[in-house]
Amino acid sequence: MKYLPIIGLEIHVELRTKSKMFCGCPAYHFQVLPNTHTCPVCLGLPGALPVPNQKAIDWCLLIGLALNCEIQNEARFDRKNYFYPDLPKGYQISQYDLPFCRNGQLKIELDDQKTKVVRINRVHLEEDTGKLVHTFINGEKMTLIDFNRSGVPLVEIVSEPEINSPEEAVSYLKKIQQIIRYLEVSDCDMEKGSMRLEVNISLASPLTTKASPLPKYKVEVKNINSFRFVAKAINYEIQRQKMLIDKGKIPIQETRGFDEKIGKTYSQRQKEESHDYRYFPEPDIPPFIDLKVKSEKLKRILPELPEEKIKRFIKDYGLLATNAKILANDKKVAAYFEESVKILQKAKSKRQTVKLTEIKQKIKDITNMIINKKIDPRQTQPAQLVAMLLHKAYQNQPNQKVLLLLIKRILSDNAQAVNDYQGGKKTALEFLVGQVMRELKGKGNPLIIKKLIEKLMEVSKP
Amino acid sequence: MTLNQLTLVQAQAGLKKKKFSSEELVNACLKRIQKVDEKIKAFLTLEAEAVLKKAKEVDKLLAKDEKISETKPLLGIPLAIKDNFCTKDLKTTAGSLVLSDYKPPYDATVVKKLKEAGAIIIGKTNLDAWAHGSSTETSQFFTTRNPWNVNFLPGGSSGGSAAAVAADEVIGAIGSETAGSIRQPAAWCGITGLKPTYGRVSRYGLIAMCSSTDSPGPLTKSVEDACLLLQIIAGYDLKDATSIKTSLPKINLAKFKNLNGLKLGLPKQYFLKELEKEINKALLSAIKIFEKLGAKIKWVDLLEPKYAVAVYTIIQRSEVSSNLARFDGIRYGQDRSFFGEEAKRRIMLGTYTLSAGYYEAYYKKAQLVRTLIMKDFERVFKEVELLLAPATPSVALPLGTTKEAAMFGELQDILFEASSLAGLPAISLPCGFGRDGLPVGLQIIGPSLKEDLILPTAYLYQQVTDWHKKKPKL
Repeated sequence: MKYLPIIGLEIHVELRTKSKMFCGCPAYHFQVLPNTHTCPVCLGLPGALPVPNQKAIDWCLLIGLALNCEIQNEARFDRKNYFYPDLPKGYQISQYDLPFCRNGQLKIELDDQKTKVVRINRVHLEEDTGKLVHTFINGEKMTLIDFNRSGVPLVEIVSEPEINSPEEAVSYLKKIQQIIRYLEVSDCDMEKGSMRLEVNISLASPLTTKASPLPKYKVEVKNINSFRFVAKAINYEIQRQKMLIDKGKIPIQETRGFDEKIGKTYSQRQKEESHDYRYFPEPDIPPFIDLKVKSEKLKRILPELPEEKIKRFIKDYGLLATNAKILANDKKVAAYFEESVKILQKAKSKRQTVKLTEIKQKIKDITNMIINKKIDPRQTQPAQLVAMLLHKAYQNQPNQKVLLLLIKRILSDNAQAVNDYQGGKKTALEFLVGQVMRELKGKGNPLIIKKLIEKLMEVSKP
Repeated sequence: MTLNQLTLVQAQAGLKKKKFSSEELVNACLKRIQKVDEKIKAFLTLEAEAVLKKAKEVDKLLAKDEKISETKPLLGIPLAIKDNFCTKDLKTTAGSLVLSDYKPPYDATVVKKLKEAGAIIIGKTNLDAWAHGSSTETSQFFTTRNPWNVNFLPGGSSGGSAAAVAADEVIGAIGSETAGSIRQPAAWCGITGLKPTYGRVSRYGLIAMCSSTDSPGPLTKSVEDACLLLQIIAGYDLKDATSIKTSLPKINLAKFKNLNGLKLGLPKQYFLKELEKEINKALLSAIKIFEKLGAKIKWVDLLEPKYAVAVYTIIQRSEVSSNLARFDGIRYGQDRSFFGEEAKRRIMLGTYTLSAGYYEAYYKKAQLVRTLIMKDFERVFKEVELLLAPATPSVALPLGTTKEAAMFGELQDILFEASSLAGLPAISLPCGFGRDGLPVGLQIIGPSLKEDLILPTAYLYQQVTDWHKKKPKL
């Protein structure tokens, strides 16, 4: 029996705003002393009131725009009522039926060069809870609560259940992460907890009917801490559910955790039909009307997203698609690349001998050096990189044959240095390169010379 | 006249003219409290020593710099605060055992503003636990008594503040109103109580009851005093997202000499059949006085007050059920087993009206009707400028009345709920006496933000009557 996995992903992204969602406490909480970033509001003290963080709202809208959502003209916060020790007010301020963004979509790439569009149901804003720490104090089992994280802004991104394989899931997650990092609104780092996810998975099987096309159950998997584990967890669930369905059973609707050590999911609690959260509009925060105005303003400051950048790199710089993708993967690397090219273009235009093909070649060189990690963008300034390349271009390059002869002569004149190098002394190589450069009166490419010397010394090794 | 019997305005003037010191003023209040509070039981927390110390400091300040009272209009004046306002490091209980030992680490904005104006907070007053009530009888500590007759209730939920002012234990007090909790005890205790427009005064630090109607406000011996306090506590607060950005205009009461044809509406439906006859009589006299003052009286129609009762009950209890969820005993206070019966009832009902399958029928529907109530007022305020009506269906009721009456509050507040739901400003003034020698109050309701029309109108009434000057025999 062939089953189709029906997967929906819920992602929570911690925004890196300066302050929390509803108070002025610092939002930063990673490795901070417990309960030092708190105030009456995020501690849920009597009489405290929430005041929305405008930046967090703007950033939520930006995420929605980047995911091609419709920004709703009217939106509001709602109270989601339930008890848990890490929820100080006894309710979480979230969004229920009037979220900021709806009906988005994301194009993901599949392994075989195909693409697929996954629709996004909603993008909304809410506050995070505190953190529970289980420990032993004087031999007694205790749970401690740290409220530093309570009230930190979270953006929730909910996909439609249109993902059908672990690969698609990982592709979707990676794309979302990339976009959010591009927007610079979050570290979006699973290890730091600034990106968390829940996977909803069920199998479409003979149990589904035309009348109810979705499976009659849904399993939620939590506690997955990396993309690798996402694939593992989904694969495990597919197998587990398949086995049950093959036996004619319907998997229980429940929440399961993922044990990464053994690569299996385990039951956590029964997921009730849907917990009655008794949602009602948050009376302490007036609703938002006329968000279209704000969203128009934000559209203008939306930075270039990866897909656009890739297209532009291909068009403007003549890059291959694969190279463009690699460069665009990290916004900072892409910026480094562009900065280098800009410097290159300026430098070239000063001299009269500008040849288009030369620039194209140089751009390819820059690309190569970055992709093949010949330079470290963190160490080498774009200007330095360009200087290195130009040095190669505008010197009268000595004839290759002449160069080789020269190098051979230097090596035979400096036998000691050659011995030193072969004995492990790396600085000897620098010395030899220097000697060659001196003979060439500074002309010549030190990198090429270095390579040639290395080659020759290899050859001459006993 | 003893110093504690002064009004705020008189106390201000006296201190300025150096007729007495702050220490003398505070001492007079403390002496009075010592004498009568055993009977009245208005106070939950009293800070006698600390307060005297502060008064002495104030006197030193005044000696050094006479002009200081210009920037601190309440300097050296003792006020009482209802115990659902957070006062830093001073016990704040909300009238409940759940918070019997709770000391907030911060001041409510209202408290902060009063302190900045130089006021001395003499103590925290009793209230119906969590402000759930109209009698002060549901306080989990004790019941406050009506200073006019200690066998009767003072009203609620700001009963302690009202009684303290009526008994001249303090010069003025702060209370809060969700639907009647300032106006009703003011009426039952024969004093002035002002409920500002919702959002006029910051709710930050006020322990939330019904978030969408809670309004802090003054309880005072005169309209002048209420106006003074309002001007100090009103204002936009960054910490309260529902606070109004529009500033309160400056109100100079003295320049009003006549009502100059002010259209004063009398809502027929508020002159209930069940109104005690003395109340009806007192209102009719008051109406004549407003006419003499230059008002144009007109009978108008408003929605039957009973509709507001159902709407208010549902919305309030829904919000209460959520607002009390934070009192789980984990971070502060006692656990939920300490909640009193009334609180438990409201939590249960509010949870029910918000639950899946019932939300549409109850909460949502109530909110829709609320809009109709608001529109109804908007309509009537096109015909008239202010509304005049009785405050309560009866004068103060005897102790113990609330014991078996689950909806006591809502029925007593029937004449307040609509205007509270609409967020409108209103004032309650003494206008006579009724059964058992107990005070009768009238109320004036105005359109949103029109405190500057209500206060002068009420002020003029007090210029030609002396109900507000009468004192109970204690």
